Amino acid sequence: MITILNWVALLIALATSLGVLLQRDWRVAIGLMATQYLSIFWLVQTHWPVSMAAGKLVTGWMACAVLSMAQLNSDSKGETESSWPQGRLFRLFTAGIFMAATFALSLRASSWLGLSLPIAWGSLLLVGMGLLQLGISAQPFRVVLGLLTVLAGFEILYAAVESSTLVAALLSAVNLGLALTGAYLLNMSQEGTV
Amino acid sequence: MSAPSLWIFLPLIMAGFLMLLRNQKVITLIACIFALILTLAAWLLPVDIVMTIGNWSFKLTSSFDILGRRLVLGSSDLSLLALIYGSALVWFTAAPAVKTARRLNSLGLAIIALLVASLAVEPFLYAALLIEMAVLLSFPLLSTPRKSPGKGLIRFLIFQTLAMPFILFSGWLLAGIDANPGDLGLVQQASILIGLGFAFLLAVFPFYSWIPLLMEESSPFMVGFILWIFPTVALFFGLGFLDHYTWLRDAPALGSVLTTVGLLMIVSGGILAAFQQHLGRIMGYAVIMETGFSILTISLGGTVGLNIFFMLLVPRTLSLVVWALSLTILKEDIPTFFLRDIKGLVRAWPFATSGLVLANLALAGMPLLAGFPPHQAIWEGLASKSLLMVMWMLTGTLGLFFSAVRVLMAFATVPEGAQWESRETIPQRILLSIGFLALLLLGLFPQWVLPLWTKLPVIFTHLGQ
Repeated sequence: MITILNWVALLIALATSLGVLLQRDWRVAIGLMATQYLSIFWLVQTHWPVSMAAGKLVTGWMACAVLSMAQLNSDSKGETESSWPQGRLFRLFTAGIFMAATFALSLRASSWLGLSLPIAWGSLLLVGMGLLQLGISAQPFRVVLGLLTVLAGFEILYAAVESSTLVAALLSAVNLGLALTGAYLLNMSQEGTV
Repeated sequence: MSAPSLWIFLPLIMAGFLMLLRNQKVITLIACIFALILTLAAWLLPVDIVMTIGNWSFKLTSSFDILGRRLVLGSSDLSLLALIYGSALVWFTAAPAVKTARRLNSLGLAIIALLVASLAVEPFLYAALLIEMAVLLSFPLLSTPRKSPGKGLIRFLIFQTLAMPFILFSGWLLAGIDANPGDLGLVQQASILIGLGFAFLLAVFPFYSWIPLLMEESSPFMVGFILWIFPTVALFFGLGFLDHYTWLRDAPALGSVLTTVGLLMIVSGGILAAFQQHLGRIMGYAVIMETGFSILTISLGGTVGLNIFFMLLVPRTLSLVVWALSLTILKEDIPTFFLRDIKGLVRAWPFATSGLVLANLALAGMPLLAGFPPHQAIWEGLASKSLLMVMWMLTGTLGLFFSAVRVLMAFATVPEGAQWESRETIPQRILLSIGFLALLLLGLFPQWVLPLWTKLPVIFTHLGQ
């Protein structure tokens, strides 16, 4: 049963990360990120106590809330990238390549780290999709979503090898800090606050 | 009281308090006095030894427990703390002259406290997380109000954030190597991950594109501060790795890898600086070269290499302060930093233009200036290894020197009839004059910072032994 749920979590991670990459409406992207954190919670709790794994979920949702509020206040709602590929087909195709590559990698990683395949693939898939997001966008909102996705993928993998409370707390602080930095960058053009 | 409370938590609290204040003079005064006290405390106070003053006894303990892990600042770290807070004092003193004290003195103090925590945390691999937090805290410093974030700022965020997972994960692999040192596959994987982590963290070639971009986009003084503190702490963090892991320190390929990376940064930075049209970007490339020089000194190995590494620290800080201060003063008057827009500025801004050229020449290792003694030591050390490497280093150094000459020529191209004047304010003139004097005196009497050089190597128990 748990194995099936791991696969379900992987599918959610796959669908949401792909959705964040393809979706241009920031509201939908934030909703997908929030859903993605559910799958991250599930994959992390296979190695960590539920209470600690829930920290990831709460931190992720808080980060989404911070970014939503910042995006609501910013005037850059409809900005488009001028120099990057815009087509959804291109993004879909590249995401497909990343999925295949991370699947191949995860086969080795799962045996090397002693993890089940859905956890290893889920982790590497999120890292890959996050890097892809970073590679094709220069907007602060998209960049922060990309970095949060990369970190989420890394945290799944790292949870399997490290269960220190201090690391969990610092990683949560970094996630929230990233969201706050994103919010700051989004609202920077409006007025100088510091 | 514990040493981490004094040099980490107290500065963090003070930074929070300074953020509440609005008066620039008050902020500067408090921040400078506070940094001075911390510097003197690091220089004079012993750790883990009971001190008795009258009926009152006092002991500064070295460790502080937090969430099952420890922050440790022992007696061997005190000279480094004195160096960091002493250098911060220089930056904080200069900040009000360019109206940046409100942001720099409060956030700068918090950034320094977090970076000191990164050097104190045990296991030391967790430092990557604290460095990342300091990176995030530096954004209000680097951003320009009412302007969208530029590419440099975004790349800074991406590259510095990507460093963290690599270093954290390599830490886990390193623990595996400790248990099973014969596993060559694991050693190879860990080396690649550490290499990538530090390539991002230290802005090693080709991940340094954000430095010149950031110099173009943001306040030169703020970027100068960031480009001083982050590479310095990251280099100490890297040396901590080498000191901690014997297999890494004794790896046969380590020397050649470090030499190649260091020379690549020096040569590429020098050549790009030579052909650069933007004053800010030239400073960015000079910082890249400085990181290259530091990596090169580590590759020299032994006590000699480590001593030259420490010799570079003070001249670098002074040069960066003078260079960043000069650029920020000039930015008030000229629309852009392109060479075509700075012609004849020497007549209107004699102090700032002189400061800029002097700092540039000091970092290029010109004789009689602060950068010369450590550069001469690097020449000697490198010449004993390979003359070809000396030629490569010469290429990079000549590039930076050539950029100084080009800037000097642009400054000195004065239109007919232009009168001499000095548009700098009196505090700016005083600070820059002190800077010139310090650059010159440190070039003539490098032994004045000898007490610091002799104390710093104690930080590392294995390196340089």
